[in-house]
This record gives sequence, structure tokens and C-alpha cells, in this order.
Amino acid sequence: MTDTQTPLISCRGIEKWYSGVHALDQVSLDVNRGEAVGLVGDNGAGKSTLIKILSGAHAPDGGEIAIEGKPIRMRSTRDAMNLGIETIYQYNSMVPTMSIARNLFIGREPLKLQLGGFGIIDLKRMNQESIKALANVGLHLRSPEAPVGELSGGQRQGVAIARAMHFRSKIMILDEPTNHLSVKETNKVLGFVSGLKQQGVTSIFISHNIHHVFECCDRIVAMARGQIVLDKPKSATSMDAVLAVL
Amino acid sequence: MKRLLKLYMARPELAGIVLLVVLLGVFQFRSDGVFLNQQNIRGVMGLLPEMGLVAIGVTLLMICGEFDLSVGSVFALMPMTLAVAMNAGLPFLPAMLLGFLVCAAIGFVNGYVTIQFNIPSFITTLGMLFMARSLTVVISGGFPPLLSSDIPADLFTTYVGPGELFRLSFFWFLGIAILASWLLARTNFGNWIKAVGGFQEAAAANGIPVRRVKMICFILCSMLAGFAGMIQVFRLGSPLPSLGEGLELQAVAAAVIGGTALTGGIGTILGGIVGALLIRVIDNGLVLSQVDANWFKFAVGFLTIFAVVVNAGLIAVAKKIKVGS
Repeated sequence: MTDTQTPLISCRGIEKWYSGVHALDQVSLDVNRGEAVGLVGDNGAGKSTLIKILSGAHAPDGGEIAIEGKPIRMRSTRDAMNLGIETIYQYNSMVPTMSIARNLFIGREPLKLQLGGFGIIDLKRMNQESIKALANVGLHLRSPEAPVGELSGGQRQGVAIARAMHFRSKIMILDEPTNHLSVKETNKVLGFVSGLKQQGVTSIFISHNIHHVFECCDRIVAMARGQIVLDKPKSATSMDAVLAVL
Repeated sequence: MKRLLKLYMARPELAGIVLLVVLLGVFQFRSDGVFLNQQNIRGVMGLLPEMGLVAIGVTLLMICGEFDLSVGSVFALMPMTLAVAMNAGLPFLPAMLLGFLVCAAIGFVNGYVTIQFNIPSFITTLGMLFMARSLTVVISGGFPPLLSSDIPADLFTTYVGPGELFRLSFFWFLGIAILASWLLARTNFGNWIKAVGGFQEAAAANGIPVRRVKMICFILCSMLAGFAGMIQVFRLGSPLPSLGEGLELQAVAAAVIGGTALTGGIGTILGGIVGALLIRVIDNGLVLSQVDANWFKFAVGFLTIFAVVVNAGLIAVAKKIKVGS
């Protein structure tokens, strides 16, 4: 708690153009440790672009990003993960044909023996740690060896969140994790997100459903036409006020 | 018990294994016991490595979500390169290395063009099928060159084991098969292959080097096809420019019979081998049962469709088996 003044992640004047379209226009956003930020906006408002830049999938055309005050440059999603930024995508970042355990550790498998990044997976450790990681988010599944394809949409998002938690991410970006889910499943995912806050994880929750955002975030940021048009603590604004600026 | 049943029924290679056992029985009966005698097993096992090695490579590549139609041509080009280089005065080892280098280069081009220009590998490798075949004929000069006597063909063709049942090539094949299965099931690279084929976007989002994984699979597939071609030429004693014609589709059939999904992500090396063995068994069994040999392709074709249908059925049934927690 020594550097509460320095934001965990700080964007300054981010610019992005897509074939002549100004997708992000001088976007600046600070997220402090332990905050749950809700990012709302209509389709095409720029929230997805901003998230793609923060998760390392795209490079910005201008502006700077700093983590804990240190300027950084990300070339891939791998770079972002190494810096502690985990993203949970709306389309689900799971491979349905593979087991839950293999999905949890995909790309970061625990290895017994390795040479130049290539090695033998420690299957026993992977399964044990999977059970622990799932229990940590309150997800109790039959077996970590069952294929992800047999899980419901909400359970899959739960596994994705368990994965991000397991790798102790500093900041978790949830890109419309409630899309295409039933009401019951949506509530489950909102429960996971609320759980993050209790465990002290910083998160950015993206949704175009204002109700979801108001339910589990404590600060609301609204975007429209590539710019941030509102940035207030939840207590200082209302759904009507947010809807008015979108 | 139920859990075990469910587990095994969902395995993609199960249908192939069941079909294999059934066919073994049928052919044994139809051929009045000739089919499973030592002499015949020896014959089938002597040919299996050549097709089996190609099937391993194709299966690996298909699990990673790509496709290679050029393996039949590479199968001929590798030993042709080797023979022509040796006739030009190169000793065996450098000539063999040159052959493998050509295979690796073809795999690289297949992968690079497919990924860089984002075109289906079906198209890239279809083009390569013609190009590599043409190269084979061109460098041969139209006539099969003589195979130098300096080749260590004994390392592949000698019969060993109880009753001289196996050629040495079978053990090369077995070794590579075990290595490939291990690679797929136990290493992180194997995990990445399955992830890339299973859902490429998710693999990329999780930081897996998708391009590199695909490139390596393309190159491995080509090199295995070349190796298989070399073994066949050592057995036959002469590098014909027409070797391996039609082999590419048989290899795909083997992979599919063994439960590999055309869409990627699903499949096992064992399945590919079972598929290859099935094709060899049909080829041999039809002859021994005194069926017109021209029915061979019909049988392979029917089996391909049948195996996939049975597999889909088995998986659906397995899903319905409820296992208590």
C-alpha cells in the first residue's frame, strides 16, 4: 500500500486508426489498484479497440501505456500476459476439444524437463493445480480431464477466470463475458466478477449492458465515437446519466 | 465401469480399431487361415512402415488444422534426389541430407505460402503435388536412375525377430510412431498443436506461436513422407518417378479412418496408424480372399465414410452416458 498514488495501469493519449477511421481519439484512462472499472459504450464506440491495445493484440498508433508508472510496449498477447494483464474474451478463449486442465495451462504448461521452451508436461501437477484453481473461484467440476466442450457457456467463462486468477494477474480485462449467455449463466459470471473484487483483483469489465456493469463495478467509464465521454464513481452517477451521453 | 466405457467410446480411434479386428476375422475366415499365417503377416508388416510413416505426418498436420496433398509427390522426390545426387558423385550421407533438405524446403514453402497469403492449405499443397511430381520426373531425366550400391539398405530391409517376422524398417516406423505419440500427448508442443487445430483464435489469444507451430508441422509432415519414400526405394531397389501416386489421398483416408477430424483439433497418432494398417489389410485380404483386386479402392472409400459415421455415432452415445460425480 505504499504506491497508492501511482495508477496500476495508465494510458495517455492513445490513438488508433483503422483504414481511415479514427477508432481511438486521444484516449486517456487510469485504473487504480483494486478498482473494478466498468467500460460501457455502443458498438463501434472504441471499447473493443481500447481493450485489444491493452491486451497486446493490437499496437496503438500513438500514445503511451504505463504499468505501475513504468512505460511499456507490448508486441503480442504473450507480452501482455507476462506483464500481468489477462484478458477474457467474449468469444471464449477455450479450446473445446481439449480438457479443462489443458485449457487452464494452455501456452503455460508446467514442465518437468525443458530445453529452449520445449518440454514434457507435468501432468500430475497440472491436474492438481487445476482442481485448486477451479475451487478458488468457487467452480466445482467433475474432473479437470473432461473436455471444455461439455461445459456450459457460464462454466467456460468461470474456467477462463480461474485461469487468470491462477496466474496472479495484476489486472483482468473481461471483454463482454456475458454475451450469448442465458440469464442464469449471466448471473453466474457476474458472481465470478464480484468475487474478483473481494480477492483484491483489479478488473476492467466491458459490456454494452449497463445493468451488468452497475451490478458489479465501482467506477463507470463510458465511451462514444472513440473518446471517453464520462468517467465517474458509480455512486456519483446513474444509469440514466450514462445512457444520456452514449 | 461406466466411466471407463464413456472414456473409451469417446476415443476417436475406437471405430478404426473395431473395424480392424472385424476385418482380420473376416479375412482369416475367407482365406482359409492363410491371412494370419506367418508368411502373410510378414508381407503386410513389411509394407506397413512406408504408408504408416506418411500417415503419421499427415495425421499430425491434420490435428493442427492443416492439410497436405503433396506427400505422395514428396515421397518420390526425396529418394529421386538421393539417387541422382549419389550418381553425381555425392556419398550417401550428404546425399540423404540433401534429400531431407528438399523435403524440409517443400514443407516450409507449403506452410509459408498457406500462412502468409492466408489461403487454404488444400490449394497450396495441391499445387505442390504437381510441382514436386514434375521436379521428380525432370531430375530423373525421364528414366529411373540406377541406385548406387553404397546405400545402407540393410538398415531398413533386413528381416529380424522371431521367425524373421519384421523388416528393420518396421522398427524405424515403431520408434517414430512412439516419438510422435509422445510428442502429441506429453509435451507442451503437442498441446499447442491440438490447441491450434482445435480453436486457433483461442490458441493465439493465449500466447501460442500459431505460425511457428503450423510451420513445424508442415515441415515434419514433408520430411516423414520423404523418409517413407526412401524406405520404399531401398526395398524396391529403384527410384521410379511415379512412386507414391495416389498415396496422399490414402494417407488422408488413413487419418480419417483413425478418427482424425478434417477440421483439426481431434485425432491420435495411433488412429492414423490403425487407419494405415486397415488399408494394407484390405489390400492384402481382398487378394487372399480371391476377390477382384479392383475392388480395393471401393473398399477403402467405403471404409472411410463408414468409419467416420460410426465414430460420430459412438461419440454421441458416449456423451449420453451419465457419469455420477
